[in-house]
Amino acid sequence: MGYKAQFRVWRGDDESGELRDYVIEVNEGEVVLDIIHRLQATQAPDLAVRWNCKAGKCGSCSAEINGKPRLLCMTRMSTFDEDELITVTPMRTFPVIRDLVTDVSYNYTKAREVQSFTPPPDLKPGEYRMQQVDVERSQEFRKCIECFLCQNTCHVIRDHEENKEAFSGPRFLMRVAELEMHPLDTADRRDTAQDEHGLGYCNITKCCTDVCPEHIKITDNALIPMKERVAGRRYDPVVWLGNKLFRRSSKKS
Amino acid sequence: MTVGINAPGRARISVRNLRTDRWWLPPLLTNLGLATFVIYATVRSFMGQWYWVNDYHYLTPFYSPCISESCVPGSSHFGQWIGELPGWIPMGFLALPFLLGFRLTCYYYRKAYYRSVWQSPVACAVAEPRVKYSGETKFPLILQNLHRYFFYVAGLVAVINTYDAIVAFHSPDGGFGMGLGNVILLVNVIMLWGYTLSCHSCRHIAGGRLKHFSAHPLRYKLWTLVSKLNVRHMQLAWITLGTLVLTDLYVMLVASGAISDLRFV
Amino acid sequence: MTQVERHTYDVVVIGAGGAGLRAAIEARQRGLRTAVVCKSLFGKAHTVMAEGGVAASMGNANSNDNWQVHFRDTMRGGKFLNNWRMAELHAKEAPDRVWELETYGALFDRTKDGRISQRNFGGHEYPRLAHVGDRTGLELIRTLQQKIVSLQQEDHKETGDYEAKIKVFAECTITELLKDGDKIAGAFGYWRESGRFILFEAPAVVLATGGIGKSFKVTSNSWEYTGDGHALALKAGATLINMEFIQFHPTGMVWPPSVKGILVTEGVRGDGGVLRNSDGKRFMFDYIPEVFKDKYADNEEEADRWYTDPDNNRRTPDLLPRDEVARAINSEVKAGRGSPHGGVFLDISSRMPAEEIRRRLPSMHHQFKELADVDITAEPMEVGPTCHYVMGGVEVDPDTAAAKVPGLFAAGEVAGGMHGSNRLGGNSLSDLLVFGRRAGTGAADYVDGLTDRPEIAQSDVDKAAAGAVLPFDPRGGGVEENPYTLHSELQQSMNDLVGIIRKAGEIRQALQKIDEIKARIPNIAVEGHRQFNPGWHLAIDLYNMILVSECVAKAALLREESRGGHTRDDHPAMNANWRNKLLVCSTDGTDVSVVEQPQLPMRQELFELFEIGELEKYYTGEELAAHPGRKA
Repeated sequence: MGYKAQFRVWRGDDESGELRDYVIEVNEGEVVLDIIHRLQATQAPDLAVRWNCKAGKCGSCSAEINGKPRLLCMTRMSTFDEDELITVTPMRTFPVIRDLVTDVSYNYTKAREVQSFTPPPDLKPGEYRMQQVDVERSQEFRKCIECFLCQNTCHVIRDHEENKEAFSGPRFLMRVAELEMHPLDTADRRDTAQDEHGLGYCNITKCCTDVCPEHIKITDNALIPMKERVAGRRYDPVVWLGNKLFRRSSKKS
Repeated sequence: MTVGINAPGRARISVRNLRTDRWWLPPLLTNLGLATFVIYATVRSFMGQWYWVNDYHYLTPFYSPCISESCVPGSSHFGQWIGELPGWIPMGFLALPFLLGFRLTCYYYRKAYYRSVWQSPVACAVAEPRVKYSGETKFPLILQNLHRYFFYVAGLVAVINTYDAIVAFHSPDGGFGMGLGNVILLVNVIMLWGYTLSCHSCRHIAGGRLKHFSAHPLRYKLWTLVSKLNVRHMQLAWITLGTLVLTDLYVMLVASGAISDLRFV
Repeated sequence: MTQVERHTYDVVVIGAGGAGLRAAIEARQRGLRTAVVCKSLFGKAHTVMAEGGVAASMGNANSNDNWQVHFRDTMRGGKFLNNWRMAELHAKEAPDRVWELETYGALFDRTKDGRISQRNFGGHEYPRLAHVGDRTGLELIRTLQQKIVSLQQEDHKETGDYEAKIKVFAECTITELLKDGDKIAGAFGYWRESGRFILFEAPAVVLATGGIGKSFKVTSNSWEYTGDGHALALKAGATLINMEFIQFHPTGMVWPPSVKGILVTEGVRGDGGVLRNSDGKRFMFDYIPEVFKDKYADNEEEADRWYTDPDNNRRTPDLLPRDEVARAINSEVKAGRGSPHGGVFLDISSRMPAEEIRRRLPSMHHQFKELADVDITAEPMEVGPTCHYVMGGVEVDPDTAAAKVPGLFAAGEVAGGMHGSNRLGGNSLSDLLVFGRRAGTGAADYVDGLTDRPEIAQSDVDKAAAGAVLPFDPRGGGVEENPYTLHSELQQSMNDLVGIIRKAGEIRQALQKIDEIKARIPNIAVEGHRQFNPGWHLAIDLYNMILVSECVAKAALLREESRGGHTRDDHPAMNANWRNKLLVCSTDGTDVSVVEQPQLPMRQELFELFEIGELEKYYTGEELAAHPGRKA
């Protein structure tokens, strides 16, 4: 059943590092994280890797396998040929701490900048009424396990460190969309989406959707609808003219 | 070369990407596909002939609506509003810029050409070649936000194309007629509707902009329908490029006499 | 003197799962400066793994439901060994805690009239579990996480600093609680990332560290579940109760080996999935215990009717309490009627259309597809018992969640008593919310009532620091030990000898093994340096696991009966004389001792919620003398 696989794992810290080769046993039904754990237990006890649930539910073990952003626990070894060299590196958008572990604090900073759920002030607990069809869109986005693979793959920050300031990334633009579509949220988030979270930087090239382990349609269901909502408010010539002429602020639908 | 993945603090990996699959293939195919269409469409738009088959009233979509006195008699379904055009203005000048704009600002095509032409990024987790990136925050790309208005016009053009397809059920003796050309025109126009209505802006207008679907059951239904189509937006985008070329080519071949239309009725 | 980063807080919450976050929210809302310390990143706690839902008698799906029914179900599920006051508070307060989540932004699945939808679950008389598909735990943790962010935004508006009043210390492990006299004075730990030491000076500490599953080989728990809170409490002088009761969830994945133990939600059965053996037989009908005969259907027709007409039919035995189902599966496998990989079949594919399965159980569909290459809409799953939850934990005051040590509080899985000998599905998430909040209040009241703040002795800090780095410089003098090897030996031993079915001889063997491992622990040697070193982290966690395992084994040996999450092959029956006895575990620093302690009798009006006929199955005649049914 088992065979020896060729692994190449990035070892290092924020100052230096290298891709190191290992030959390691693989058994039937295993995922890449199993192999990393076997490396820890047998050849590299100090190999740093972040993981938790090992079932694709917590989003801790994000890394890049053969250059593709993936969860280590959800990448089955059977998807590779037995003689294939498997390269595992940390996510390349965030500062590395050690080996496969990166500093993802950027994401927590951005999370804090999204205005929280803002319910009607007079609505009491227990009195919330919402229809299933009205919550479904936001529910899709709440499937997010915050693995930050979408943030990692997004070229806006992956390839342009300086954009991290202005751009919140797909995960948190999706959070804005989630609240914008929440049936009981009263805040208008269209301006902040554009001005504070950098929606305009997104060029909808869909890598976030491609890598999402939860298969959330981030681009089609969150980012583009958000762009459309912003367009309706900011780039509609009729609205624009009306605002100029009557100095009114456009009302939310 | 980009500083992004080599920015201070990130893992020092010298190669720009470690992907082992053929990530360059999809953008290459996209480039070839788009280039083929652009070249064909440009040549045909400026050709100024073989766009109308008088016997069967076939009009190629590239010349519709034909509203100048340059248009051959019969091809101007909506009258001739202006005089003769110089040769460097295509006869379909009224609709073409909007159709071009509709497709240029289309969310799918944006993805396609940002990836393949602009290489920003050429594939996921493959470093892009540019140092600076501001996305769609500045002129001219901020104009991508006008997609919705191109959609409105594209809807009108689709109505015109539909009319063209209907009046094409014509026989040389003036009565009802039908040939292979009709089938092609019809399929093309159905696909054009599919592409137009599956557009993300249409999805937004149909119901996506609402906060409470439950308060608008009809629009929710509409949104659900458009959403289903929207999943196929990419396929429809490519299919319609194909059907447009095929329709035009067929009309050209019949109009020029290179082939004769296969008549059913 | 050791180099230590120092922080001063009013309350330190250890653990950022549901209970920890709810406690932190409460403490912060009471105006206290609160720190949340967790081993993982913020938002990754094990609560995300909870699938089925939050039990709360809101009565949205069946208006007959109320707190009394929920209370009865909980006591029944725990075989009347529960701390009845906790069960009472839990049943009464759960609906408010769920509704509160909606004000934080949670989006539960809805009923037709727009209220929170509730689903059926094992041991619950009515559909009671508020849920979001099968990812309720994720919704809960994200909601609480986002509430913390919202509180931080308020603080930012006021002070310009997001972390003025509440700060999350992620990837930080607490290794010792420090005291001033008999009172809690703070907590000592290290940053996992850098290995640097950190000290919290705080008069109140809330333990919310979850369970102990990582001491067992087959478990649904993540690496974090190493019994840290249990061990910290013990070492600080607090007591643990009910440690012999460990819930083996009946349905964990059994194949492939690398995912063995990962949970398959009870929601599969709640929504119509049935258990079958290799003959295709729905074997659960053969395993209905006497005490449940009047509540569970004895034939397939009635069981199937129950899904649509629960008022006129008895429920399916597939939804018996977890301990019963786990034992039944165990028996079927032992009798040779198991599935190819040593489990039984859980079939939903033949019970509803594929589309419906994908809609109702999306993450199960996803999990089997991705991890086992099994399409649950087309074929049955293979499942078997997996170590899931420890009913035992820190002995606390029900109203304030205070442990025996002043300043120490515990909530969630790390606290004991609430679930008795067996926890009902869905009662965990509600437990987190109800007692998380109470621990926050308890800690706040305690801090408010203090006249002066306790102080930490430098010598204690130095001692804690020296203990933490021991694995880099082993003192045992014997052969160097690998922490991974020791860990897997412990897991194997606990799994085989103190697992789902226990015998006195085997438990003694396990205790011997524990002694042996204890002796080898000083020889643990880890390579490399302190920066994010998993070998070192495991070595430190291993101290906790071994301590807690000893409590489990010793208590399991003492309790000579079978009840809930404790099944003794040599004492297969439940014994009414044991119902009232709690086994309390404590340590003097070197040895672990377990002693009996009687439970307080139930308050009369609660007692009278049960019919005498039912109580007779659990209570001794003497205890029942005061019941009106007996007096009449």
